[in-house]
Amino acid sequence: MGTAVRIFLILLAIISSATVAFSLYEDQVGLMDWHQRYIGKVKHAVFHTQKTGRKRVVVSTEENVIASLDLRHGEIFWRHVLGSNDAIDGMDIALGKYVITLSSEGSTLRAWNLPDGQMVWESILHGSKPSKSLLLVPTNLKVDKDSVIFVFAKGCLHAVSSIDGDVLWKKDFATESSEVQQVIQPPDSDVIYVLGFVGSSQFDIYYIKAKDGELLKHRSSTFSGGFVREISVVSSDMVVALDATRTSLVKVTFHDGEISFQPTFISELLETSSGKAVILPSAVTGMVSIKLNFLTIVLRVTDEGKLEVVEKISDATAISDAISLSTGQQAFALVQHEGSKIHVRVKAGHDWNSDLLRESIHLDNQRGIAHKVFINNYIRTDRTHGFRALIVMEDHSLLLLQQGEIVWSREDGLASIIDVTTSELPVEKQGVSVAKVEHNLFEWLKGHMLKLKGTLMLANPEDVVAIQALRLKSSEKSKMTRDHNGFRKLLIVLTRAGKLFALHTGDGRVVWSLLLLSLRQSESCPCPIGINLYQWQIPHQHAMDENPSVLVVGRCGLSSDAPGVVSFVDTYTGKEINSLALVHSIEQVIPLPFTDSTEQRLHLLIDANNHAHLYPKIPEASSIFHREFSNIYYYSVDSDNSIIRGYALKSNCAGEDVDEYCFDTRELWSVVFPVESEKIIATVRRKLNEVVHTQAKVIADQDVMYKYISKNLLFVATVSPKAIGQIGSASPEESWIIVYIIDTVTGRILHRMTHHGSQGPVHAVFSENWVVYHYFNLRAHRYEMSVIEIYDQSRADNKDIWKFVLGKHNLTVPISSYSQPEVVTKSQSYFFSHSVKEIAVTSTAMGITSKQLLIGTSGDQVLALDKRFLDPRRSLNPSQAEKEEGIIPLTDSLPIIPQSYVTHSVKVEGLRSIITVPAKLESTTLLFAHGVDLFFTRLAPSRTYDSLTEDFSYALLLITIVALVAAIYVTWILSERKELREKWRFNSRKKILSAPLLIFCLPNLR
Amino acid sequence: MAPIIRSKPAIALLFVQFCFSVISLALAGSSGSGNGFTINGRVRIPQSIGVSGLGQSGKLSNVKVRLNGGQNVTFLRPDGYFSFHNVPAGTHLIEVDAIGFFFSPVRVDVSARHPGKIQAALTENRRGLAELVLEPLREEQYYEIREPFSIMSIVKSPMGLMVGFMVIVVFLMPKLMENIDPEEMRRAQEEMRNQGVPSLSSLLPRAS
Repeated sequence: MGTAVRIFLILLAIISSATVAFSLYEDQVGLMDWHQRYIGKVKHAVFHTQKTGRKRVVVSTEENVIASLDLRHGEIFWRHVLGSNDAIDGMDIALGKYVITLSSEGSTLRAWNLPDGQMVWESILHGSKPSKSLLLVPTNLKVDKDSVIFVFAKGCLHAVSSIDGDVLWKKDFATESSEVQQVIQPPDSDVIYVLGFVGSSQFDIYYIKAKDGELLKHRSSTFSGGFVREISVVSSDMVVALDATRTSLVKVTFHDGEISFQPTFISELLETSSGKAVILPSAVTGMVSIKLNFLTIVLRVTDEGKLEVVEKISDATAISDAISLSTGQQAFALVQHEGSKIHVRVKAGHDWNSDLLRESIHLDNQRGIAHKVFINNYIRTDRTHGFRALIVMEDHSLLLLQQGEIVWSREDGLASIIDVTTSELPVEKQGVSVAKVEHNLFEWLKGHMLKLKGTLMLANPEDVVAIQALRLKSSEKSKMTRDHNGFRKLLIVLTRAGKLFALHTGDGRVVWSLLLLSLRQSESCPCPIGINLYQWQIPHQHAMDENPSVLVVGRCGLSSDAPGVVSFVDTYTGKEINSLALVHSIEQVIPLPFTDSTEQRLHLLIDANNHAHLYPKIPEASSIFHREFSNIYYYSVDSDNSIIRGYALKSNCAGEDVDEYCFDTRELWSVVFPVESEKIIATVRRKLNEVVHTQAKVIADQDVMYKYISKNLLFVATVSPKAIGQIGSASPEESWIIVYIIDTVTGRILHRMTHHGSQGPVHAVFSENWVVYHYFNLRAHRYEMSVIEIYDQSRADNKDIWKFVLGKHNLTVPISSYSQPEVVTKSQSYFFSHSVKEIAVTSTAMGITSKQLLIGTSGDQVLALDKRFLDPRRSLNPSQAEKEEGIIPLTDSLPIIPQSYVTHSVKVEGLRSIITVPAKLESTTLLFAHGVDLFFTRLAPSRTYDSLTEDFSYALLLITIVALVAAIYVTWILSERKELREKWRFNSRKKILSAPLLIFCLPNLR
Repeated sequence: MAPIIRSKPAIALLFVQFCFSVISLALAGSSGSGNGFTINGRVRIPQSIGVSGLGQSGKLSNVKVRLNGGQNVTFLRPDGYFSFHNVPAGTHLIEVDAIGFFFSPVRVDVSARHPGKIQAALTENRRGLAELVLEPLREEQYYEIREPFSIMSIVKSPMGLMVGFMVIVVFLMPKLMENIDPEEMRRAQEEMRNQGVPSLSSLLPRAS
């Protein structure tokens, strides 16, 4: 008996040791989260392949990233994301070991160590006026044994030492009133040529001594035809420019300081059309390329000094800069599209007719056309030249081509996500075979046995590795079907390049991608941009045979009155179902809470003239819409003039060429903030699809507070005009923030509060009946977070039981925005250590689980903070009852617990937005954070109370049950035996003892 | 003589370093040729705490320094120094981003009246800084540490407490029963039989 109990106890002890984890253990990284690193669209690329060591390419991108990529696999060696206003203007490699970047419109010059990315020096260049910024790193020019970098920035030419970043000399051109276009350093010369224009027709050249910046010569000459400020350098004493009408090319030679112009009409060269030409930036000696009416024309300057056309290319083309080969030749690459194929040709600079390399590659047609190409050469084993080409595509992806194939590709379009939505995966259709189940069962058991070994500390290192691999790859999570918990979904993301990607939430892989035709550059739509994604159709009734689809909204041009484009994309197949070029503009899109019989959601598109357009344009939608016509309100925020306006629908549009799906609107109300003292800096409303579970909150003294829950609340923060700038620009006396809570149906201001001595930027999140916002307190010189909770006072009387009995309660009164709400607000403020880029809140399926705030810090981490810390009812000494309710004693600052960083030890560089999506499991919410990097994880704000964690050891449970059964059996046998023995003993005692005692004892033995 | 000569540069270097440390506050702000001042500072991660946390991610090259919440972002030089240029006079905020460490934001006052005079204070604990050397307040551990298998943790857990209780019941209750006088027991049992209500004490001995 005793041994059995002991066995039982040990087993219980083992079970109890497998407790639930609160936050992440290091070996759980990658189990339910993934992190992807990107760089963005490449602007400049410099190869570094001379050394025998690691071959790499250093790139700078439009996301202000500089990165060193492995040439073999395209992985990132190191990467730096510069500040958001620190755009990179130029990049090169100096001394073979430093990467030099020029950024911030030429004011910051930095050197980075090539192998590890450590910043070596930083130099700030001063100047008097903004100008073109140019970076020139000569390879063979020494000044006092020091390699010099020439930077033209802010109207000055600077010579900077490449060793320590000291400015050796500076020559100011601002006084010369010349707009410098190009800086040339002729090979084997210590004179720098600075070329520029004065006014529209004067061409200037300055000869500067490289050693000390002395102006040797200054020549200028006027060309009667005038210039547009574009030049292409042909050789060290010749440039080609365009005249003011863009119809003729002007060859400018400045040999020995003698400037001469030689114009040539483009129409003469081409014998055909006329049009406006544009010089393409390229640096190939003896060549000029221009673009004219979608034709790319390559011209050569002959030995006699004449321009001649060598090739006219009608397809999309990209031309690389020239590189010099070891044989002294120059080579450059030309990428040309033909159908779904691209042709890469590498040509020697002096000889157009022969190609050094000619390759054709079949490309995925979702990548669009080539935008940029960079080449690099290497010596093959047979001593011929081989070339590799780095191509930047229209969708911002990066490809490395070598020997006729794509060595690697990077989907760097994902670094610039504009909007995200989710889609369910298909329902699992066919059954699973028995053999597969058996196999799976075996694998499953094997896996769990391994895990058990790990739990009991019996695993050897190999097993540990196997366990980790098993956990990470788990085929369950990357399946392409729906799961019961709703963890597997598709993230549909729209990138700035106009490409849609579907990412699987399980492992982050790209399921499909689609370059939207409607968001591609075309003649009718020269600069399209995507704006938003909406869920268009979510089939529930026909989930088996109908696919969900999303609505992509974009516009042609940056201004909001540009015509809109919409397109509808099937989320399972990634095919565009339909696309429309709209006649009206798109100012706002309002998804309505109605669906038609095919479960298409009704959307209202508001244009710049305040007309509302209903989509889909079908009669059924119209009839549904007319039923709810009088209940539709919307508002618009004009932050320039500090006005918020509310609108309602009026009638069908009047006028010609309008259909019945267009409606006029009327202005209902407007809130005009005084422009001289308030400026709108933030407006936030509740998420439209948020679910609230409880209307009331029971507080400590058994009292009930009713939350004021309305979907029509808008949080507005205004700031004093002086405090609109950065921290440090205004004194506490002249800066304040005023926050408002406004009902968007009636325009009624429900709450107004002023924070004196505070400054923006304001980041806020609105959920249920509370709003949390973050701002800067200038007096304390710390960041602050405040919470406002809104409670409905009109329903507070309902607590009285007599009113219920007498039927005098107001619960049956419909809640309407037009009834005067009696609201009370409670608020409280706390210090917060970090500056913030974004605040979001967790959302769960039913809204039962307590909420966590997700704070995207400026350090690009995401911190989860319990809403309980931002509770206006916190006090310094909470009563016992309040403590039981879960109220935390008040502290002046919010705690930052390192374990509650949901991004653990990774950064989501350039964080822009945090999106939460509820899973089907109530306890769990899915989190997707994007910036330059992508990060996805699963969160359980109140822990996973409704399911077992993935760490749960089923094998242990099974073994425990088996052991328990065994223990029961053994105990039974033991007790049987004992009973028998006792019986025998009693039998022998029976002779001695009296009968009554036996009667007493026997029932006891049973 | 030779050793003395050789040590001279070292002494000179030490002297220079000493000077720097003394006058670094004065150096911290200097008027640039532009329209503002320059804030120079240094980030130092002490070796003692840097050892465990300075993993793959905590390298000095990945540290960023931010002025006024992202207006300017700069990086550290190999020796840990950083500088912000063209900063107007006024009160500013400097933050340091380093994975694995918690740095307090620093309030920096650039004086307009005394050009180049800079005062710095940590905002977390309002401690003034004599020179702009920023050190982490603490190391940040992002992961829970797996507790090694120990008996105490089992005993403390609810399961352990339950087991403990059961142990008491299983081992101590029979002992308690043994201590009861047989006579008294009999009397109790008699009483119970009279009442006709089965009770726990009458059931328990049966089990053993």
